[in-house]
Amino acid sequence: MIDRYRNFKTVASVGIVLGVAAFVLTLPPFTIRTTLVPIIFGLGALALGLAAISQGERRLGGFALAIGFLGTVGGLWALGVDQDTLEAVITGGLVASTLRFATPLAYAAMGGIFCERSGIVNIGLEGMMLMGAFFAVWGSIWSGSWVVGVLTAMIAGGLLALIHGVFSIHLRADQIVSGFAVNLLALGLTGYLYSSIYPDGTPTEKVDRVPSLEEAFGFLSWVPGADLSLLVWTMFLVVILSFVVLFKTPIGLRIRSVGEHPRAADTVGISVYGVRYAAVVTSGVLAALGGAFLSIGFTGRFAENMTSGRGYIALAAVIFGKWRPGWAFVATLLFGFGFALAIPLQREADISSNLISTLPYVLTLIAVAGIIGRSIPPAAVGRPYIKQ
Amino acid sequence: MTVTPPAQTPEIEDTYSLRSTFYERAGGFFVPFAATVLAFFIGGLVVLITGHNPIEAYRAIFEGAGFNWPYQWLTGQDTTASGRDLQQTLRAATPLILAALAVAFSFRCGLFNIGGQGQYWVGFIFALLVGTHFEGMPRPLHVTLCIVAGILGGAFWGGIAGFLRATVGAHEVITTIMLNWIALYVGKWLFELDGPLQGAAPSLPRSEVIDDSAILWIIWNPYLHAGILIAIVVLFIYTLLLNRTTLGYEVRAVGFNPEAARYSGIGVRKNYFLALAISGAFAGLAGTVDLVGVKHAVDQSDFDTNFVAFTAIAVALLGRNTAVGIFFAGLLFAGLSVGTSSRNLDPEIFEPALATDLATMIQALVIFFVGADLLIVYIWRLRRHLHLRRTQPAEEPAPS
Repeated sequence: MIDRYRNFKTVASVGIVLGVAAFVLTLPPFTIRTTLVPIIFGLGALALGLAAISQGERRLGGFALAIGFLGTVGGLWALGVDQDTLEAVITGGLVASTLRFATPLAYAAMGGIFCERSGIVNIGLEGMMLMGAFFAVWGSIWSGSWVVGVLTAMIAGGLLALIHGVFSIHLRADQIVSGFAVNLLALGLTGYLYSSIYPDGTPTEKVDRVPSLEEAFGFLSWVPGADLSLLVWTMFLVVILSFVVLFKTPIGLRIRSVGEHPRAADTVGISVYGVRYAAVVTSGVLAALGGAFLSIGFTGRFAENMTSGRGYIALAAVIFGKWRPGWAFVATLLFGFGFALAIPLQREADISSNLISTLPYVLTLIAVAGIIGRSIPPAAVGRPYIKQ
Repeated sequence: MTVTPPAQTPEIEDTYSLRSTFYERAGGFFVPFAATVLAFFIGGLVVLITGHNPIEAYRAIFEGAGFNWPYQWLTGQDTTASGRDLQQTLRAATPLILAALAVAFSFRCGLFNIGGQGQYWVGFIFALLVGTHFEGMPRPLHVTLCIVAGILGGAFWGGIAGFLRATVGAHEVITTIMLNWIALYVGKWLFELDGPLQGAAPSLPRSEVIDDSAILWIIWNPYLHAGILIAIVVLFIYTLLLNRTTLGYEVRAVGFNPEAARYSGIGVRKNYFLALAISGAFAGLAGTVDLVGVKHAVDQSDFDTNFVAFTAIAVALLGRNTAVGIFFAGLLFAGLSVGTSSRNLDPEIFEPALATDLATMIQALVIFFVGADLLIVYIWRLRRHLHLRRTQPAEEPAPS
């Protein structure tokens, strides 16, 4: 019985792959310009999706149906666009660009997963990222070394998260209110510090930026994408580590049990407060890394409110990814791809980048509305725990 | 053998609305007041650490907000400057108060409507559509139509979140955050260059200006429009709606305890929907009043700089969801933002660039302390504790 169920998971997954292929094969570098491709692959995806649903695998099956449909539509649309435009939009740089957009989101999303899995809502990711972005620049200028910059960012993010932790764990404040205040506090504090430390608007000192993989380890220059920042590469590590820690270690089991049923966790001797504090601070540290990537990893400067909503997109990725590191990472890649595509699409096909910017939010709304497999949060998320 | 659970004291109830009502009865005015004082104190420390005089800075902000007007007026001094400042403060307080009601109303239903900003913009855009059409209509009618359109727009956007909450149980905080950003980017798209609603000037990402007949009356020259009167009327409506109607009773019942409300035959889902839709209507009205009173048009960049409905969350929390509280909290935060604007603050005393961020920090601290009412109550108890020990040390040793 279980085997059969697993089988249909595979069937649905193949359906999803076919659905994606229906679209991707019509694009460069494949550029197969015939209507047969999207239609055949799309029909295949729909058939497999239906087969999976009929056997009870509703979630992935529904996903395959949706992807198959969208892939076919996308593929047919791509065939209608002339080949030169396609090649101008879909370039090799798109992968790198996607990764650059996804990296800050992925860090913050991993942080958000730790926090929410332990039962603390964290809408303060935005503020924690902003703290990281500012203190990375400050630390990098102060010490002249990007390593110190990244470390100060992590400390600052962790401290801000600690405030959120104290208010939502010990003082049992409403966690949404506290997270919201964290965002405002970070906005005010970083703006205040930035204009009082660098009154002329921009720091005159050189900001030591995070080197690329190539610059840091010359012998690795053969790796594809070696010109990407080190922080992009560590992001992959963080995602893998997050998955391993949460789902393959006792620590992860503790975090999850505290988030699902704190009373039961307490009864078996897990320190609910301790786990929650650790998770909240971890989320701050990770979100701050995302912020550090934005400032010293990418642009090399800080600007007021430079995160401009990325923390909320990370939150969307957490929810869209159903509080699972792997899926959340896929979500950040998807959102990052959307942003990476927005610029050439605006230039070549005159599709408003503002409209494309709504994509993460619309997808997340669809996800929480349960049209394609409902996103269900950890059971105790948002509820303060009172020791007895 | 059965173990009786420990009696639940109000303090350990864990929903926000329950706690807030408890402290409203117990602490009344005290918690918000103490939170404000504490927030300004910490803000003052930051000012002091960065090498400025906090008392002078606060004084300059106070005067920049025109709060010295009543004093000057009573003592017969020249009130031209302070009057203008006060007008700006009252004008800025109007959308704050209205958008705060959007937060407060759903709070009373046990929902956290963080989507005021999105509802504000949708209301704004709906009103803009009406305001730029129907040229030459009599002013009362045109203004009313704009207001109706704005209310409907806001209610529509809030209603989406309400509908999702009522039907599939999607958490309103998540949906309203997402709806905020969707409204923001759709707005930026509508008014971008070659956008669907871009105005006549081809090189400006700006909407059309609304017709003269849709512009709100000025009640105090040169700045103050009738919006503040609308806000005061709506504050009364809010109180009556909550406390004197069946709808308000049901909304509050659901807010106190959804299970008990359901048990007594109140449609919880219906009230979730209604509460968020009505909240959206308040926020939509805030956007409308801003449009017909002050802005008369919208720039694309406004979507990136205007976060009035976020500040309104602080107003609602500080005002404890009561009409009077929201009115004064709205004045306070409006004064804080007007008093720190580069136009009203003397840069010799305190740079406006810093002061704006200081205002944001103070808002954040106020939210922290109001949200953590336990902290304030601890401090309060500690004080009484010490007081008791000092007066009667021998007879009543303080419990450890």
